[in-house]
Amino acid sequence: MSDPTPAAMPRRSRTSPLRVAVWLLVLAVPVVFLVVFFAYPVLTIVGRGLFEGGSLDFGAIGEVLSRPRTLRVIGNTLVQATVGTGVSVALSIPTAFVLYRRSFPGRKFLRSLLLVPFVLPAVVVGVAFRALLAPHGPLGFLGWDRTLMAILLALVFFNVGLVVRMVGTVWESLDPRAEQAAQTLGASPLRAALTVTLPALFPVIGSAAVVVFLFCATAFGVVLVIGGSQFATIEVEIWLQTTQFLDLKTAAVLSIVQFGVVILVFWLSSLMRGRQSPPLALADGTVPAPRLRLGKGGSALDRVCTGIALLTGTLILLPLATMLIRSFRKDGAWTLGNYVALGTRGSQALTVNVWDAAINSLRIAVDATAIAVVVGVTLALVLSRRPRNSGARRAMGLLGAFVMMPLGVSAVTVGFGFLISLDRPPLDLRSSLILIPIAQALVATPLVVRSVLPILNGINPRLHQAAATLGASPTRILLTVDGPLMLRSVGLAAGLSFAISLGEFGATSFLVRPDRPTLPIVIYRLLGRPGDGNYEMAVAASVILAIVAGTVMTLAERLQPSTSGPTR
Amino acid sequence: MEYRPLKRPAVSTFAAVATIGLMAGCSVVGGEKPSGESITLVTHDSFAMSEEVMQAFTDETGISVTQVAPGDGGALVNQLVLTKDSPLGDVVYGVSDSFASRGVDEGVFAPYTSPNLPASAEPYLVGDLLTPIDASDVCMNVDLDWFADRGITPPETLEDLTKPEYANQTVLMNPATSSVGLSFLVTTIAAFGDEGWPDYWQRLRENGVSVVDGWSDAYYVDFTAAGEGGERPIVLSYSSSPPYTIADDGKASTAALLETCSRQIEYAGVIKGATNPEGAQKFIDFMLSERFQAQLPEQMFVYPINTEVALPEDWEKFAPRPTDPFYLSPEQIDSGRTEWIEQWTSLMID
Repeated sequence: MSDPTPAAMPRRSRTSPLRVAVWLLVLAVPVVFLVVFFAYPVLTIVGRGLFEGGSLDFGAIGEVLSRPRTLRVIGNTLVQATVGTGVSVALSIPTAFVLYRRSFPGRKFLRSLLLVPFVLPAVVVGVAFRALLAPHGPLGFLGWDRTLMAILLALVFFNVGLVVRMVGTVWESLDPRAEQAAQTLGASPLRAALTVTLPALFPVIGSAAVVVFLFCATAFGVVLVIGGSQFATIEVEIWLQTTQFLDLKTAAVLSIVQFGVVILVFWLSSLMRGRQSPPLALADGTVPAPRLRLGKGGSALDRVCTGIALLTGTLILLPLATMLIRSFRKDGAWTLGNYVALGTRGSQALTVNVWDAAINSLRIAVDATAIAVVVGVTLALVLSRRPRNSGARRAMGLLGAFVMMPLGVSAVTVGFGFLISLDRPPLDLRSSLILIPIAQALVATPLVVRSVLPILNGINPRLHQAAATLGASPTRILLTVDGPLMLRSVGLAAGLSFAISLGEFGATSFLVRPDRPTLPIVIYRLLGRPGDGNYEMAVAASVILAIVAGTVMTLAERLQPSTSGPTR
Repeated sequence: MEYRPLKRPAVSTFAAVATIGLMAGCSVVGGEKPSGESITLVTHDSFAMSEEVMQAFTDETGISVTQVAPGDGGALVNQLVLTKDSPLGDVVYGVSDSFASRGVDEGVFAPYTSPNLPASAEPYLVGDLLTPIDASDVCMNVDLDWFADRGITPPETLEDLTKPEYANQTVLMNPATSSVGLSFLVTTIAAFGDEGWPDYWQRLRENGVSVVDGWSDAYYVDFTAAGEGGERPIVLSYSSSPPYTIADDGKASTAALLETCSRQIEYAGVIKGATNPEGAQKFIDFMLSERFQAQLPEQMFVYPINTEVALPEDWEKFAPRPTDPFYLSPEQIDSGRTEWIEQWTSLMID
């Protein structure tokens, strides 16, 4: 709101101190949250590893970094994350086009389906992928079992829906008039899309790519199950060193490397985005999408994009279908028994039945979503301001990077950090159940910020100016201009937070109480127990998790206000 | 472009969502503090015991038990070490022998010897700090049907696994990422000695063993008897796995190779700095009682440390205790583990 004040208003030389104070106060909430529940625990555990007898052990850092294994692990991480992100983005832009810019029956259902992988526990996906790719599996002929290719497929499987969703949501509300104008002037649909629309989408694509890169770089369970130790990433190595060897020194150094990766990625992405992204021409609400036409009269653009979307769909549907089929099979026969068993405690594997665990998961997810949305939206609002003061701008840049950090920090680090830093009054929260939603909200917050921020940044400042000229107060502008435009992305962000919470395993496994396990926790326990039917139950429970997540995300989509007209 | 005020329905929807959120939040967070005497039991995350048995402890002693389960074997001990100054609870159960000495060296346990200690537990004592509660044996399992269908005799010994007729049939786990995998590494070290084990693994490798990172992955994807489409009939698992493969004819379709087993012990101990050390001691006594011990097989798939306690019928038939399993003490494992795993990794993976 510090954009040039219209001449009609009394001139103000600087932003008023009162407004700065209000913004700082607003900023305090999320910052205090992140400092207390993220920075402090993480620094405590990293510090425990790095300080030897009261002084920083620089030798250790050099020693760990010069090990060949460390270098290989860093290399693995960068290769897997770069390729995984590249492929995810390449597949998702055409897919987003089909799902958000063309209309056809069932597209809302497909949109929700695409995000389902995102919530599935990595162990389950790992086992599903291996079942698919193992020598006798349906895709065994590819010879990809336990290869880098399998890991990359799984990374794309997990993340492509996220990119489609983030990009699609913006695309959907992009004002189509510029593209139409280009076409009127003789550009083919493909050319208009490439030269007009794609550049407008760059900020959100960049935003999504950063998030996906960090998700890929910190993928853990899936790498371990599908690829095994030879493809170990930094995250896997931190887990090994912390939980198996209690080598906090190595874990701390690797954590610092991971921070470095986050900062680097963030810096690169902000370079790519350029200093000033042009405001997005956002329509107020959803722009009606034309029908998808593949036959006569359809454009090459539609056909190519549909082809790629089908490829994406296949990649996502195959493992999901494998899982679904397996959930109805036991001892070589078809059965509903695996689902009936969800009302039991399995072959002594569980402390509560799967339905109770599902209810725990839902409750925790509501809390986590509330926290993540409040913290994330506040941060996004603050980060969307463009202060004229260069120091303030730089501080803003740092805050932007800091906000992303939770995505780049290992769940083990957070879990152990909570354990040794929140252990005495006034913050003796170790056995408190509130830590679980807090830990999950930490992972979700960056995603909320990344979903909401591109929209806020894309709002044309002239809207604010016009409103101000008409005498609207800053608060009123926030509510009447930014609010409605932002709501759509808040709905998306809430859905994502909910999904993250439902699927989160790493940090939860540290904090959960045995009498209140979540769905991923019981799935993991069922998989780890050699009881009769436990595996089949785990698969059925995963299907339930997928259905719950899909439903919630469909509902989140419905919650979005339909501000203008019908969708088609 | 026009803009319009936030619509009322949107406001009320969000208010409703927020309200539901707050209400649900309270129900999650609200914890109930037990009245009267209580202890906090810290366990690994696969602890399971029937409610009747747990209630029996409270009825006998008047002490209520709160459980925390902060992770699997290794993570459990590591957390005790990290939280020495501000302990997580009063009594710990589930410390495995591969991590026991780390806890002992770091001084996280308080001495206690239970009067209920059976003679069969004595060989496994770790000073007066840890009490053995249960034993499990990690053994190779074979798919009997698979071998019967092909008219091949299943393997019996560690040596057999390296024979050409069993080439490409075995799947086992990485000792760095799986406690079961570590147990088998211990087996080979106990069997072939510090000098001989790398050679044995070399021969296993040449005979086409497959190494995966987790037990569930190996058992459910690769093993022929459990997964659909698995293609390896020999898998590393527990001696207690076969009862869970009993088919309609009343026979188990798999069997454990009792000459390939290594014994793992799980310990309990009083946590140093406990707020209720007497309660913790009483709970250790209780875990050695016949009532608790008899439940161990069905609840946690492990053998009671007290060999006088009867096993369930299915176990007697299909999961007998291996008579002479390989065994290394916690000290031996602790002093060698890191080096073995490094050596193993360079031999099998790098």
